[in-house]
Amino acid sequence: MAIAHVSAPDAPIAPEKKSKKFAYILLAPGLLWLLIFFAFPLINLAETSTKTPAPTFETGEFVQTFRFMNFLDAFVDNQEQFYRSFIYALLATLLALAIAYPLAYAMAFRAGAWKNFLLIMVIAPFFTSFLLRTLAWKQILGAEGPVVSTLQFIGLMSPDGTITATAFSVIMGLTYNFLPFMTLPIYASLDRIDYRLLEASGDLYANGATTFRRVTLPLSMPGVVAGTLLTFIPASGDYINAQLLGNPDNYMIGNVINSRFFRVVDYPTAASLSFLLMATILIVVVIYIRRAGTDELV
Amino acid sequence: MTRWLSKNLIRIYAGLAIVYILLPIFYTIAFSFNDADKRNIVWRGFTTDAWLNPCEPIGICEALGNSFKVGLTATFFATILGTMIAFALGRYNFKGRSTTNLLIFLPMATPEVVLGASLLSMFINMGVGAGLMTVIIAHIMFCISFVVVTVKARVASLDPKLEEAARDLYANEWETFRRVTLPLVAPGIAAAALLSFSLSFDDFIITNFNSGSVNTFPEYVWTASLRGVPPQANVIGTVMFIVALAAVFAGQVVGKRKGKK
Repeated sequence: MAIAHVSAPDAPIAPEKKSKKFAYILLAPGLLWLLIFFAFPLINLAETSTKTPAPTFETGEFVQTFRFMNFLDAFVDNQEQFYRSFIYALLATLLALAIAYPLAYAMAFRAGAWKNFLLIMVIAPFFTSFLLRTLAWKQILGAEGPVVSTLQFIGLMSPDGTITATAFSVIMGLTYNFLPFMTLPIYASLDRIDYRLLEASGDLYANGATTFRRVTLPLSMPGVVAGTLLTFIPASGDYINAQLLGNPDNYMIGNVINSRFFRVVDYPTAASLSFLLMATILIVVVIYIRRAGTDELV
Repeated sequence: MTRWLSKNLIRIYAGLAIVYILLPIFYTIAFSFNDADKRNIVWRGFTTDAWLNPCEPIGICEALGNSFKVGLTATFFATILGTMIAFALGRYNFKGRSTTNLLIFLPMATPEVVLGASLLSMFINMGVGAGLMTVIIAHIMFCISFVVVTVKARVASLDPKLEEAARDLYANEWETFRRVTLPLVAPGIAAAALLSFSLSFDDFIITNFNSGSVNTFPEYVWTASLRGVPPQANVIGTVMFIVALAAVFAGQVVGKRKGKK
């Protein structure tokens, strides 16, 4: 920069240099906020994760002993919930993809004048409370709800059968709650496709299936990648659906972290589990992005 | 018949998906009119009681007020901070660009339970008492990234020639920004603010970690769900739904008119 300044001290360089400084002024407050209230707490959480109970055995008092075995203990004690979180999240992601892709496709290519209306319907869940919607599902699928009574009436379900308090209803709830996050990015990438490309494919004697497989699908992959991540990440850390729609046998790692924090007041275990969850998610995300071949996420 | 079916299969599928999306919303709206007992689970007849006495259950309107306070404050600050970052990323070349992108991306890739737990453990270690203030701090934090992503897309799609034209017409940097750039980016900023508010208003997990004894509306619903959610909660949910829907439709109409001009 200094050399450039000496060799060409005139107009073109000066505003650029000034604007660079201005960029940092624009960045500083927001990034500082993220450093203090996002990055620093994570470091703090890392520090908490290797603590052990204080010798006084007072609840909530812990001292730093750098006990890295905390991570292994936390994993071994809760591996069931750990595996379950990722299996549920994976199933919910696949289900959401199966629902969202055809929906987004219909919106982008087959909706005509209904396009904007459908788009609003897809984001409509954002306008009502997440908890109220999940509680509504509990009502719909519950013992006194229409689904169970109908199934029991036509004899497809035993009188004491339930849908809530099962893995099915938890996965259904996860699928439902993150469906807009899957649909919107896929719709965005499909909607951007130049229709002439699809026509060109037809002109070259590709049938509908081939056009979809060789043209549409590859072009919509960025949306699929973004959508699956936006579903999988929050689903794997969620505990609301498991708590409202499941029973303790369906609890996920989020439930454990929550109860370690609030009920058991065992901060180190909660911190270790949080880190294991985050590390696993990051590893999955990095491998997935590498394989899917898209770098641009933000 | 079969030809019609195969031709419209995807439309039918999409229609069913929309029904699936809307079903619990209809349920929420319908049960705001239920002549409910304590639990409001079984339909017992139509009444407008809950609509006429929305604040009757103890604490519900206080919680709603808290949600508005948090939502509006967090949206205000997150929109400003996020928009500034979006302009820096969209307009300038600077060192540390990839670090900045990472710092924006990571909060979105972190499960809420981890964000909530880490913030609370920092507040505990620093001896900061949890309350409305800590909730607002947390909400600003998780909204910034979403604002940056939304506004950045808009900044990137701007035609730089428009700003050049303004400068050619002797507008200084500030005038160019105020009269040309800002109006063009404004829809993106408005969308980001709406997104922030809805994320903040609906957040439960991070809020529950950092709110101490203060209640927001989602926290009220959560606590109430243990003994039975009163129909008044459905009333509030319904009103929010209608207001948001009206805002979106109004936005579309305005957008169309501007497009015609």
